[in-house]
Amino acid sequence: MTTDQADHPYQSGLDAGVVRYQACDDCGAWQPLQRHACRACGGTRLGWRDAAGTATIHSVTEVARAPTDAFRALAPYTLVLATLDEGPRVMAHAEPGVAIGERVRAGFLRHGERTLLRFLRE
Amino acid sequence: MLNPAYLRGAGNTRFGRIEGSTPLTLMAAATDAALADAGLARADIDGVLCGYATTLPHLMLATRFCEYASLDPAYAHGVASGGATGGVMAMLARELVRAGRCRHVLVVAGENRLSGQSRDQSIQTLAQVGEPEMEVPNGASVPAYYALLASRYLFETGLRADDLSGFAVLMREHAAGHPDAHLREPMTPEAARAARPIASPLRLSDCCPISDGAVAVVISAEPGGGRPVRITGAGQAHRHQHLSTLDSVLATGAADAARRALGEAGSTVAEVDYLAIYDSFTITLAMLLEELGVAGRGESPGRLAAGDFGRHGALPLNTHGGLLAFGHSGVAGGLMHLAEAGRQLAGKAGARQLPPRRRALFHADGGVLSSHVSLVLEAQ
Repeated sequence: MTTDQADHPYQSGLDAGVVRYQACDDCGAWQPLQRHACRACGGTRLGWRDAAGTATIHSVTEVARAPTDAFRALAPYTLVLATLDEGPRVMAHAEPGVAIGERVRAGFLRHGERTLLRFLRE
Repeated sequence: MLNPAYLRGAGNTRFGRIEGSTPLTLMAAATDAALADAGLARADIDGVLCGYATTLPHLMLATRFCEYASLDPAYAHGVASGGATGGVMAMLARELVRAGRCRHVLVVAGENRLSGQSRDQSIQTLAQVGEPEMEVPNGASVPAYYALLASRYLFETGLRADDLSGFAVLMREHAAGHPDAHLREPMTPEAARAARPIASPLRLSDCCPISDGAVAVVISAEPGGGRPVRITGAGQAHRHQHLSTLDSVLATGAADAARRALGEAGSTVAEVDYLAIYDSFTITLAMLLEELGVAGRGESPGRLAAGDFGRHGALPLNTHGGLLAFGHSGVAGGLMHLAEAGRQLAGKAGARQLPPRRRALFHADGGVLSSHVSLVLEAQ
C-alpha cells in the first residue's frame, strides 16, 4: 500500500511539529483516526484541527521484537496509546518508563523518511 | 419456515510445518476428511464458503478451489473477516441452509502460512491490520497491538502478566492429547514466565505460533452420524477496526455478539458446558472469557486455577489446544475450535472425548478484538 504521506493531514502535521485530529464541522464532535462521516451526527463535513499536544497515557508496551529492519535499530522502544486532551486516542512512541495515567506532551522524532510522534513526560 | 442447520462433519490436516503444501492442497485434504466424516460425496455439496489465504491472494479463491477440488456448487464465494472468518462462514452457511438455498455447505480454509513465507513476512503482513497512516508507521505489529490491549486490561482489572501464563500452559496440556497439534510439548508455568519478551507484558509463550494447516466443516440440512449437532444461535458485532478507535477494553463487541447468539438460542452462558474461545494470545482468551461473562472481571485466572477449563472441569475449553498450541494457520486456526466443539458434542472426539456435552459456546474475533462472531451449538 503506498500513499503520499505529505498529503495526509496527520502525517504532514507531524512533519510540521503538530498533532492533528479530525472533528465535525457541524456538531463539533472529535473523531478517532479518520472518518468519512461523523460518529455523533452522521454529517460528512469533517475537518482537521491542531491539538495542543498534551495527553494522558492510556496503555503502554515496551517492544522487544520489531517488525522491520528499520525499527530493529530502535528496539527496544516504547509504544503507547495516549488520549489527547481534545478526546481522540493516538498511537505513538514515548519516553521509556511512562505509566498509564501519566500526563505527557507531544515530541517529534525523525526516523528515516517519516516524523514519528513521541510523547515526553510533562 | 426455517430449516434446522446441523454441523454434520469436520476434517482437518495436521498443523505445523508441512513442506510443499499450498492453500489449495491443504484445503483439499481437509475437505476430503470432512466429506468422509459427513458421509457425503463431492456431488452432494451445493454451497462453498472459502476463507482467504495470505500466501495465495486471489480475486475468487472459492471458485478457484472448487475447480481444483472438483466441486460444482450452486452458491460459492470467499469470506474475509480476519480471525472471525471461520465462525462468520459457519453463520452464513447456517443461513443458507435455513433459507433452503443450500442443503450441504462446505466451509473451508487453509494456508501454508509457516512454510509459504518467512516469519518476518508473516509479521509484516499481519501488522497491516493497523491503520496505515496513523498506527502502522510507529513500527507496531500484531503482538504490540495486543500488548497495548493487555497493558490497559491489566490496569483496569488488576490481572497480572503472570496470571495469563496459565492459559498457555493449559492449551499445551490439551494439545498433548491431539495428534495433529503443532505444539504438543508440555510447558510449565515457570517456562512460560521465563519465555522471551515480545512486547511487554506479553512473552513468546503468550503468543500463538504460525502454522501450516487447513480445516473444513460441513453445515447441512440433515444431521449425519453421531449425535446430531445443531447450530441454534449466531451473532456478530463490528464496533471498531483499529486499536485507536476502541473506546473501552471492557466492551470490544464480544458481549454484543454473544448476546445476539444466546438470545436467538434462548439460552444463557450459565447453561453452556463446553467453550470454544479464540486464543490468538493469552490476553485475548482472558478478555473474551470475562467479557462473555464466563468469569467476572479479573477472575478468569482464578477459574483456570480451580480447574474449571480443564478436561475434567465444569467448562472444558479448547480441548484440541486452541490457537496457542494446536496452531494458527490463518482462518483455519479459528475454524478448528468449531470443529472440536462439534466433535465433542457429537461424541466423535476419540481419545479426547469428554463425558456428553450438551451446549457449546463458540466465539472468534478478528483484527484487534474488532470483528466478533458467536455461535451456540446444541447436541440433539
